[in-house]
Amino acid sequence: MAEEIPKPEQLIQIDHRPPNMDWMETPLNIRKGMYCYAANPKSVEYLGLPNARPWNPVEDDWALPENWQDIIHQGFKERLERFRSFKVFMDICVRCGACADKCHYFIGTGDPKNMPVVRAELLRSVYRNDFTRVGKILGKLNGARPMGLDVLKEWWYYLFQCSECRRCSVFCPYGIDTAEITIMGRELLNLIGLNIDWIATPVANCYRTGNHLGIQPHAFKDMLDFFVDDIEEITGVRMQPQFNKKGADILFITPSGDVFADPGTYTCAGYMVLFHYLQEKYGLDITWSTYASEGGNFGFFTSHETMKRLNSKMYAEAKRLGVKWILGGECGHMWRVINQYMDTMNGPADFLEEPVNPITGTKFENAKSTKMVHITEFTADLIKHGKLDLDPSRNDHLKVTFHDSCNPARGMGLFDEPRYVIKNVCNHFYDMPANTIREQTFCCGSGSGLNAGEDMELRLTGGLPRANAVNYVHEKHGVNMLSTICAIDRAALPALMEYWVPDVDVCGVHELVANALNLEGQNDRTTDLRGEDIPGLASDSEEETDEG
Amino acid sequence: MNARYMLSLIAVIVLFLIAWAGTAIGLQVVFGIIIPYLALLTFFVGFVYKIVDWSRSAVPFRIPTTGGQQKSLPWIKHSQLDCPATKWQVVVRMALEILTFRSLFRNTRMRLKEGPRISYQLEIFLWVGALAFHYAFLTVLVRHLRFFTEPVPFLVALVENVDSFFKIEFLYPNFYFGLPGVFLSGVVLLVAVTYLFARRLFIRQVRYISLAADFFPLFLIFGIALTGILMRYVLKVDVTAVKELTMGLVTFQPAIPAGVGTVFYAHLFFVSVLLAYFPFSKLMHLGGVFLSPTRNLTTDTRARRHVNPWNYPVPVHTYQEYEDEFREKMIEAGLPVDKMPEPVPAEEPAEEEKPAEE
Repeated sequence: MAEEIPKPEQLIQIDHRPPNMDWMETPLNIRKGMYCYAANPKSVEYLGLPNARPWNPVEDDWALPENWQDIIHQGFKERLERFRSFKVFMDICVRCGACADKCHYFIGTGDPKNMPVVRAELLRSVYRNDFTRVGKILGKLNGARPMGLDVLKEWWYYLFQCSECRRCSVFCPYGIDTAEITIMGRELLNLIGLNIDWIATPVANCYRTGNHLGIQPHAFKDMLDFFVDDIEEITGVRMQPQFNKKGADILFITPSGDVFADPGTYTCAGYMVLFHYLQEKYGLDITWSTYASEGGNFGFFTSHETMKRLNSKMYAEAKRLGVKWILGGECGHMWRVINQYMDTMNGPADFLEEPVNPITGTKFENAKSTKMVHITEFTADLIKHGKLDLDPSRNDHLKVTFHDSCNPARGMGLFDEPRYVIKNVCNHFYDMPANTIREQTFCCGSGSGLNAGEDMELRLTGGLPRANAVNYVHEKHGVNMLSTICAIDRAALPALMEYWVPDVDVCGVHELVANALNLEGQNDRTTDLRGEDIPGLASDSEEETDEG
Repeated sequence: MNARYMLSLIAVIVLFLIAWAGTAIGLQVVFGIIIPYLALLTFFVGFVYKIVDWSRSAVPFRIPTTGGQQKSLPWIKHSQLDCPATKWQVVVRMALEILTFRSLFRNTRMRLKEGPRISYQLEIFLWVGALAFHYAFLTVLVRHLRFFTEPVPFLVALVENVDSFFKIEFLYPNFYFGLPGVFLSGVVLLVAVTYLFARRLFIRQVRYISLAADFFPLFLIFGIALTGILMRYVLKVDVTAVKELTMGLVTFQPAIPAGVGTVFYAHLFFVSVLLAYFPFSKLMHLGGVFLSPTRNLTTDTRARRHVNPWNYPVPVHTYQEYEDEFREKMIEAGLPVDKMPEPVPAEEPAEEEKPAEE
């Protein structure tokens, strides 16, 4: 795929001026590099989702069920009744345009239909035609149009060019959330079997094996055991991760991406180092699960129902194992699901205890109903109470910035916990410019199931605003490490950095924590978790380290 | 030529002509009494219907957009305004949203420069224009209560006084303007509407997304403001007669007094059309903003459970089904299992696919 990707100099030639015509008249062009492959029918079938079949987005005939228009209409109607958000957002947009240049896909591509308002109008135009009288009478003049194959294709193309990041909803005077509209739109598309494979297959995997990558239980254990060897080589200490342990204090769930691929694996190793430290020093008993071995939830990108089906494993496993509460790893959309959906869908979790950190005595009041705590909340609390023996100088070779992941940012408000942790384990931290972080953060360009290989151009253009802000701190402060608390980020940002800002690497926050954490019986720790020599600490040199 | 705004403009001109022709042929009763009553009725019924209709839809999940630090550990500063954890904090967030357009205030403008460097600068004009427009409109509305109350409430008189605080007068022998005292709100309204129209016309991105339904209310409101200003400063309409008519409407003793000019009926007709059009249009953002689930809900979603009224059981893949499929591999890897296999390991039954019945 690499040879087809335009050079950065070409990709940066972006024209943000829309053509001089009605948006409805702008023809659709399903372009290679911008879309993901159609769902594998086997995956769709495995989940029992409707209209599984092979089809190809670039072919004229999408092999749609005969009554597809009716299915969409009925599905639309049902969702208008079920979701006030959907109904209100269909009615009240005034098209002020404040959202237009807030979308990373619009900034990166200049495609006018990537303006959030137009993305929403794709659905609104059909809504006006099907569900409002004025719309039906005035027709196109009033922005209404009947559903047709062209409209459907346009829906599909642009609803899978939205990463549900909610940045536009921060700026909208009515809080219209394009993510919500995309979620509904994708649900409707799923009714007629129009998912993408990068979502459908992980969902099927997750349903069967407990994680998106389809790692079976024995393999899951093998992979963590492999990290045990690595960590021992690096630190001189042997970890003993526990699996499916009944009666443990805490169940730990994190995205399987971190078990699978660099640099997420270092974050995973980071968790293991932390848990080992807590077990040795404080006797805290944390277990992993092979059944609930996925924090992420690509069901969220399919439909509310699919999200609920996959999410159910978290509580079910916590109940089966009889733990006190659940600890969640670094993941983006996983935390939107946990924070805003899980308790409602699969709660109440009355079989769990209100989470208390047994080491510090801190009661996590903010998680007392859902009973699931974010690991940066947990670690920040440990650090605040001086419970971790940290040597931040082992991260002195890193100049770190932090990428707020969309969902923990705008679907949770988790901003200062990870920053507090980073600042305590690193001596060099530099935030990116204010308009690109916190609630105004930019997506990695690959969120909501769009981190496939075949849509690389979409990912690189959508990630441009993020990369550009990283480049800013790279040039200004020499930042060489982009830290993040999202597994999709860890999977997607390395490619983005390599393309736009080649000198910057990507890591999870708990990789940095583990680098700094002193372990009982450790060796001289001259390498970091990646097994790379730490400048200044390399075996026989006695160079002074940077005084922070 | 842009059909979307041309047609809207033509529609408003036609509306004017209808009112003009109607009064010319003596349909004062229709334009002065029947249409205003019908319009008001449509407005109220339509508005209430729409709100009730929205309210009937469920709020299955609490999905606020969190625009600031969540309430978590006690020593981390919680952003009460942008991540409200209590009802009262939500009230303040909503109040600021509705009264000061706080989200719009954040607006930035993206620029792609050489380098490449992308910058995001504060873009205040839309916020200023929108705020000016809405508050001018509100002031005009409050001022007009003078025509529907007797005696005029203190508050209305006060608003009038403030509104005409700046004396704007041109008094020359052949040209005088400013008597009676100029109300700032009318002027601001006209300017703001013109600005909002101009940006739809000249900012290419905004033009691309603008529908006829975006131009029409602007022209209509422009027409309302223009006819109002004409009556007050140029044509000097007989205010006493106008008030006789409006008070008649309010007291349900409608009558058509003599001496009320055509422009007044055009003004009233425009207002009637706006009222009747309101509930069926984007203008319903007035009501909708209160119901927006990304703004009007608390963010304490992990501390307090939200109930979904239509939550239904779904098929799940249970642990038992999972273990049944992988039991042998789990045992081999040393993972604990709930059920040890039978001593004589008969052929495993084919993988069960049955979704848990609900």
